Amino acid sequence: MLAFAFRRLLSAIPTLLVLLALSFALIRVAPGGPFDAEKQIPPEIQERLNEVYHLDEPLYQQFGRYLVGLAQGDFGPSFQYKDYTVTELIAAGFPVSLKLGGLAMLLALFVGVSIGTLAALKQNSRTDHAVMGVAMTGISIPNFVLAPLLVLVFAVTLRWLPAGGLGDWRNLVLPVISLALPQIAYIARLTRGSMIEVLRSDFIRTARAQGLPTLEIILGHALKPALVPIVSYLGPATAGIITGSVVIEQIFGVPGLGRYFVQGALNRDYTLVMGIVVFYGVLIIAFNFFVDLAYRWLDPRVKL
Amino acid sequence: MLAGCSSDNSAVGAARDYGQIGGASGTELAAEQVLHKGNGAEPQTLDPHRAQGVPEGNILRDLYEPLVMEAPDGELIPGAAESWMLSEDGRVYTFRLRQDGRWSNGDPVKANDWVFSLRRGLDPATLSVYSGILYPIKNAAAINRGELPPEKLGVRALDDLTLEITLETPTPFFLGLLNHSMAYPVHPASVAQNGERFARPGTLVSNGAYLLKDWVVQSHIELMRNPNFRENAATTIDRVFYYPIENADAVFARYRADELDFTTTIPIRQLEFIKASMPSDYVQSPYLGVYYYGLNTTKAPFKDQPGLRKALSMAIDREIITEKLSGAGELPAYGWVPEVQGYQQQQPEWAMWTREQRHAKARRLYEEAGYTADDPLVVEILYNTSQDHKRLAIAISAMWKQVLGVETRLLNQEWKVYLQTRTLKNTQAFRSGWIGDYNDAHTFAELMHSKNAQNDPGWVNLSYDALLEQAANEIDLQKRAKLLEEAERVLLDETPIIPIYFYISKHLIKPWVGGFEPNIMDHTYTKDLYILQH
Repeated sequence: MLAFAFRRLLSAIPTLLVLLALSFALIRVAPGGPFDAEKQIPPEIQERLNEVYHLDEPLYQQFGRYLVGLAQGDFGPSFQYKDYTVTELIAAGFPVSLKLGGLAMLLALFVGVSIGTLAALKQNSRTDHAVMGVAMTGISIPNFVLAPLLVLVFAVTLRWLPAGGLGDWRNLVLPVISLALPQIAYIARLTRGSMIEVLRSDFIRTARAQGLPTLEIILGHALKPALVPIVSYLGPATAGIITGSVVIEQIFGVPGLGRYFVQGALNRDYTLVMGIVVFYGVLIIAFNFFVDLAYRWLDPRVKL
Repeated sequence: MLAGCSSDNSAVGAARDYGQIGGASGTELAAEQVLHKGNGAEPQTLDPHRAQGVPEGNILRDLYEPLVMEAPDGELIPGAAESWMLSEDGRVYTFRLRQDGRWSNGDPVKANDWVFSLRRGLDPATLSVYSGILYPIKNAAAINRGELPPEKLGVRALDDLTLEITLETPTPFFLGLLNHSMAYPVHPASVAQNGERFARPGTLVSNGAYLLKDWVVQSHIELMRNPNFRENAATTIDRVFYYPIENADAVFARYRADELDFTTTIPIRQLEFIKASMPSDYVQSPYLGVYYYGLNTTKAPFKDQPGLRKALSMAIDREIITEKLSGAGELPAYGWVPEVQGYQQQQPEWAMWTREQRHAKARRLYEEAGYTADDPLVVEILYNTSQDHKRLAIAISAMWKQVLGVETRLLNQEWKVYLQTRTLKNTQAFRSGWIGDYNDAHTFAELMHSKNAQNDPGWVNLSYDALLEQAANEIDLQKRAKLLEEAERVLLDETPIIPIYFYISKHLIKPWVGGFEPNIMDHTYTKDLYILQH
């Protein structure tokens, strides 16, 4: 187990390095720079800006400088938000995205697995078709259609909930639902498929033959193996959702990481984009690691 | 009566009609004086000398008081300086500061603070991108280029309350420049102590009606009234929230849910709905900006082809564009300079012709340039990615096609790419816009000077340059205006740019927000506003 963790850690380093090098190269290849604006900067100031931010150095030197800083935990200053460092921005944005994304994922997992199981039990019944029909719709309706619709109904018309911003739990309801709905749909479909397969397996038939009640069969025997494909989906999906959704954050005016990422790319805020890429990369690697651990718990046949 | 709303600018009244609210309660102030403003993009910084965007400007205006202020209608009025004198040669301003000027931490605002601030703005180490605004001050440009030390700036404190500013040349619009954030004061001690990160809650010390209470990046900026502000007693609103929301639909939803009282934008596709359902909330007024098409005069097909350029300009039906496309009341533009004070707006002679006359002349010029139906002009239109710019480009290419037979290719690029393409002059025709930095024709005229870095058409005309330089040295305001007007006629005759329309500012303002007056700069100061009971 420890050896496995160690191996994983070691293999993560080259992965991250490749990720860093690629994204560093890509964002620098994009035309336009962080200081390009409608109002031209006096040439002397432009030169000095390049000097201060080391943009006048060759790319490999800048990349080296970035890596050295990163090794010391320094993500550098933001090019765009001049009063803040990238570390501060990520530290401010991540908890918000984590809260929204985490809640959305929990909700999606609970609801998705429940209705997926229900559909599997009543396979090809009306319930099944209804549940899966709704799920298909959920997958097909994009966030940027669903979220404004929810705002229009629940905030503007009914006035039950705020239309956006940070505040108390009421501000979380609409963004969490908007984030969770497509996930619910996806998880429900995954659960249904794998549950149907598990329910047909020999050990479930044995359990049934022994006369165990259905609920106990599902919860005690079928659920764990049926969750394996969902867990492998959950790893990257969770990493993705807790690092923020730019659409949801923009519509609800939520200060999460997703907006930084997109705004950072549009503004050519090199350090901010790189910082989030690193952060996102580490999270993905970590979640994949957790997923592997979870496999073993779910299915003892899996060897790490 | 509006108790608590009186201020020194007694001429200022509520410009909006509150007749519909009616009743005694309609004119009483609300118990809670909190204003929620939508404010576009997240501010890059609240350091006034490093800020450059409109969203920053909106917030900074509440935080800082410049030497010369604006009344709600945009007229210049005394601010941190209670009075000033100008020397006879028009080059030395002597400002008398107010005795009761205070920083938000209680320190008196001294003349030396202004000297420090103006030097800081021009010190190349500050990395101000808008430093050019202060170049009229003696030695400013040389200091900014690093050729002279900041101490050589033509600014000195004669005593604690007297500030002298010496200019390079007489600059009639200089007082207007003092409204720009580049000319705002920073508190020397807190800047020295906190370095370039001083502009954050807890360390930002300001001298305006409000102080910085809280800043949650991408969420909101909260200001609260500055108890040390000299006119604090006349300020009504206690707290202001600025929300960085760029998506116009999201702004509109939050406005409708009463979460915002004031917006700086509207979703243009909802304009009809807004006008029908909340006509008294929607406020539009002329804004100091021009939407135009630049023609690259450094390359074929527009190099040395003023006739062809003019033909393209004449073929565009601006009335159709403003009525059917931009649609929010923009004014068709035939000239380059919007309506500014002390300046006679210019337009080419043909602007008054009938459509048929214009088109006939355009066709003649087009043929004279050597193009025919069989051998038409092929031109590329560059614009930055946006539905609105695209619709306009399609309309313009259709007009060119219909009137002249021009073949066009539309090319859209993401903002930063587009900026670079434009600067490198890898363009033929490109969409652009310019918002004036101050209320004077010069902020538009200087853009087309051959040495100006923003002259993206690459247009060089020595007599235009000479007229601008003459105007810069002219003390007589009327003669100066005449010179600038003549320069604009030269510009319009050569047509390196095709003005399309003059911008308007668009706001949604709740009926309970009082004290707002539209002005050409679209500058609003929260201290002039108040919240009515609702």
